[in-house]
Order: sequence, then C-alpha cells, then structure tokens
Amino acid sequence: MYDTIGIWVGAFFTLAIYSFLYKENPVYRLAEHLVVGISLGYTMVLIYNSVILPKLLEPIFAGNHLILIIPGLLGLLYITRFIPSIAWLSRYPIAFIMGTAMGVAFPLTMKAYVLRQLEAAMVPLYSSGMPWYEVFGNIVMIFGTLAALIYFFFSKPHKGLFFGTGSKIGIWVIMLGFGATFGFTVMGRISLLIGRIQYLLGDWLHLIE
Amino acid sequence: MINSIVLTALMLLQPAIEITDVQDRPNDAGDRLHLYLSIPGEDTGDLVACVVFRKQVDEPDDYWNLVLSEALPLEEEFLVDGYDPDFIIEPGVRYMFRPAAITIAGDTLVGEVFISPITSKGEFINTDETSVLIAGSLFIILIFYYFGKAQRGQKMYLRPIAGIEAIDEAIGRATEMGKPILYVPGLSSIADVATIASLTILGRVAKKVAEYQTPLLVPNRNPIVYTVAEECVKQAYLEAGRPDSYDPDSVFFLTQSQFAFVAGVNGIMMRERPATNFYLGMFYAESLILAETGSLSGAIQIAGTDAITQLPFFITTCDYTLIGEELYAASAYLGHEPKQIGAVKGQDACKMLIIILLLLGLVLSTISVITGNESFMFLKNMLLSG
Repeated sequence: MYDTIGIWVGAFFTLAIYSFLYKENPVYRLAEHLVVGISLGYTMVLIYNSVILPKLLEPIFAGNHLILIIPGLLGLLYITRFIPSIAWLSRYPIAFIMGTAMGVAFPLTMKAYVLRQLEAAMVPLYSSGMPWYEVFGNIVMIFGTLAALIYFFFSKPHKGLFFGTGSKIGIWVIMLGFGATFGFTVMGRISLLIGRIQYLLGDWLHLIE
Repeated sequence: MINSIVLTALMLLQPAIEITDVQDRPNDAGDRLHLYLSIPGEDTGDLVACVVFRKQVDEPDDYWNLVLSEALPLEEEFLVDGYDPDFIIEPGVRYMFRPAAITIAGDTLVGEVFISPITSKGEFINTDETSVLIAGSLFIILIFYYFGKAQRGQKMYLRPIAGIEAIDEAIGRATEMGKPILYVPGLSSIADVATIASLTILGRVAKKVAEYQTPLLVPNRNPIVYTVAEECVKQAYLEAGRPDSYDPDSVFFLTQSQFAFVAGVNGIMMRERPATNFYLGMFYAESLILAETGSLSGAIQIAGTDAITQLPFFITTCDYTLIGEELYAASAYLGHEPKQIGAVKGQDACKMLIIILLLLGLVLSTISVITGNESFMFLKNMLLSG
C-alpha cells in the first residue's frame, strides 16, 4: 500500500519537474518549493543527529571533552547576525573558518595539483621496447601539458613563437580535452534518463519488466 | 559434517593469531599506531579476515572496542590503527589489543591480549611533506617579490581576457533593462579556492551594482558561504557610498541539497528573468541544468570554474567562460590594484618554474631509462617522497 503511494508520488513529481521542459508552470513550482523545503528540513535534522548531538552536545554533557565548548560558542556567534547591534561578532567565526580553510587547503592543493601532477608528467619519452603509440602518447601528454600551461600566462602578450604559438596549441589541447569530457558526461546523463524512464514505465505503469 | 569437525579441530590446533609488535607511526599527530601481526595459515584460504579490539590499559574489561577489520591475506606488513573517528588514538595513552581471526566456517579464533610497549606521540614537523614546504615557500617568495615590485609602482602588463572584460558590459546591460543580476557563487564550501575567488569577484560586481542601483540576487547553497557572501555584498555597498541601498534579502540561503538548490535557482531565473547570470565558483553535475535554463531565459551568461568536468557545459551554454585559473585572476583584472596584479605576475613566475622543472624531469627520466642509471630519477623521487 505504502509502496504504491510512494511510486505514485515519485512519478507525479518526476513528471512535475519534467514539465519545466515545456515552460515554468504552477505544477513545477509546487514541486520546486516542496523539494527545497523538504531538503532543508531534512538537512537540519540530519546535521543535528549526525553532528551537533554526537560530536558536540553528548561529549560536552558527558564531561570529558569540555574543550568543545569553545567551538560551540564560536558557532553560536553566527546567530548574532540577527541582532544588529552585535552583528559584527559573527565576523569572528567567519574569519576563523576562512583562515583555517585556506591554511588546510594550501598544502593539500600544492601537493595534489602541482607536485603530484608534475611528478606524473616526468615520464621518459622513449625507452627500448616501448611501442610507438606509447611514445606518441607521452609526447602528446608532455607537450600538451606545456602548451596548456603557456595558455594560462596572464602577464605576457600571447605573441611570438613561445607564448603565441604555445598558447594557440594550448587552447586546442584544452578544448579537445573538454570535448572528450563532454561526450563522456553526456553518456552518463543519458543513463540517468534511462533509469528515470524505466522507473516511470516499469515501476509505475508496469509497461516494461 | 566430519570434514567441518576435522577442519575446526585443525584450526584450533593451529597457533593462534597474535600481535607481535606495536610501533608509533612516524610523521603524524600522535593519532596512529602500526600493529604487526603474526597470522599462521594466513595464505591457506581457511582464514578470511582478522579483527582487532582495543582499549586503554586502565579501562575495565567491558571497554573493548572493535577498531580494525581486514580481509586476509594482509596486503601490508602492518595494520594502521587510528582511522576510526569513533575510537581515536590519543597521544601519550597506553593501549592494549586483542586480535582475532575469522575462519571460512564463521568461527572466531581469539588471540592473546597484547599490551603496547609504547605510546603514540606527535611530531612537530612532517618530514614526508618537505617537498610541499619547499615548493610552497618558493611560490610564496615569488609572489611576494612581484607583489613588492608592483607596490613600488612598476607597471605590469595583463593580457585581455574576453570573459572578464564582458563583466562590466553585462552589469550595464542589466541596468539598462531594469532587470536583476543573478550571481551564483558555486555550490562548494568556503574551503574551495574557486569559492574564495568567486566571493572576491562578487565584491567587485556588487560594488558596480551598488553604483548603478541594479537589483542583485545571490542564492547560496552553503551556509558559511552565504554569511561570507552577505558580508562581501554589504561591504561593497558601503564602499560604493550607498549603504542605504543594500537589500538584506538580496543575498539568501536556499538549501544544502544539490538538485533542490538547482530547482530553486531555475525557478528564480524563470520568474525574475534576470538580464545577467554569473556562475562563478565550484560547480558539479548541476552546471548544465543551470546554464541551459539561464540560456532559455534569454540572459547574458558569464561562467567561471576550475571544475574540469563542468567547464565543457559552461563553454557550450554560456556567452563567456573563465577557464580554471582565469577565475583566480579575474579579481586582479577587475580591481586593477597593483598588489593583485603583482600577485598574478608572481603566479606566472611560478608557472614558468613548473615548466622548467617539467622539462628537466623529462630529460632526466629519459636519460635514466636509456642509461639504466636510477640516480637520474632524483628529481621525480624528491617530488614523490618529499
């Protein structure tokens, strides 16, 4: 009984959202406001049950992690935004979070996006027994990387052999990469659409097995 | 039946699983321990998994917690304990361990309790990350060098970027049409570099918007980003000399759910019909839905992200797209402040350094393979191991 109601509700809202493909309409608007409201309420309960209660309140009331009172108070400063005379206090947690986030992100980004990529690109162009297509692949990878890097030079005019030709090749390499990514992602999206059509025709209308 | 009895008997006759040593993990915060196990019959296929229970030495017997569970045979020489966030390892605390092996029949063979001879301790400097420290310091020095040069008044060139030059034009278009500007600062958290870049650009855009008295809409997915975005816009109105024009409802939080957020923004686009849409920051699978709806609504669209998988969608549906680092540089372009232009110049110097290192590494790797001399791989190894 409940399963059937669930399937009908799911089918109704799937069609309500798809109706946007025709134009913005009251049925879409109903689905939009419901999904925004329900998701927000659900997230609040989820955060209370998975973060605030087990990671903050329970350890504090158990009395063994009183240090957590400090981040708890810092978090409460966000609420001062509702009181204009002391709203400036909310800048402290913002500053703390931004500083911490940047501090944590810097070494991680440096390692993952600079050093590891650099290390992975340092491959030998040729070695004995290496098939020709692997040699060609290595050449494309290394010179493609160099050309793409040249494209992202902002303080030099893109003129001449190094910056001019380099950046032209670079944008071609970037666009070829984007084309491949586009095709790959579209394939993934079509499989999502197929899943939704299977739900409508199978679970809901029982037209397919 | 007889076979299973014989198998169980053989299992019970085997020497039990035991922990032979516990060592502190080097270069950590004192929250990991290495456990060395001896598991007779590990490779025979009769044992499928091993588990480890842990408790503090001074805790009562009912405090044993399951902290590790690994399939057999083990892939590493040791197991690393401390990853479970519910049962963390505290520096300076002595623990005891009880291992157990699970047989293919589902029996548990419990080993002897092992009291750790050592306690974990944290290190002040992680020597595994020396290469990150050197590279980071070098990059910071380069950026500050050009930063200083710019501050001393040296003129620095910045090549034109169409997407950034179009920002002023897009704001002007919305002003002329009397329609709002929609600015989506991405869907990621404040820890994302793209979000920080986007918020800096938001400040610049909001200042122009305040000068032109154009309505601005800034929907947010992340609550922290929302508060920072609100501060940015408020500050921009103040700097433009129009704090009274600031509308507190212009920056708002929608929801944290990814596709519910998109549904909400799409609805805003079709109802409010903004003349200009900015999508600057970190985006995920929703990028095409957002940009396609904006395109249908007839808005001029400027996007910018460093998400490689989403850039193709923005390129195909938006009028202008800032690709990767162009987003980071946009703030310097818009502000024309010498300090920020100096920072962009410094970043270019860092890129040149990367190109030189890459070419050097390429030559050394090829020489290493041709001569068979591994010592030529020192540069690559240095980047890998620190």
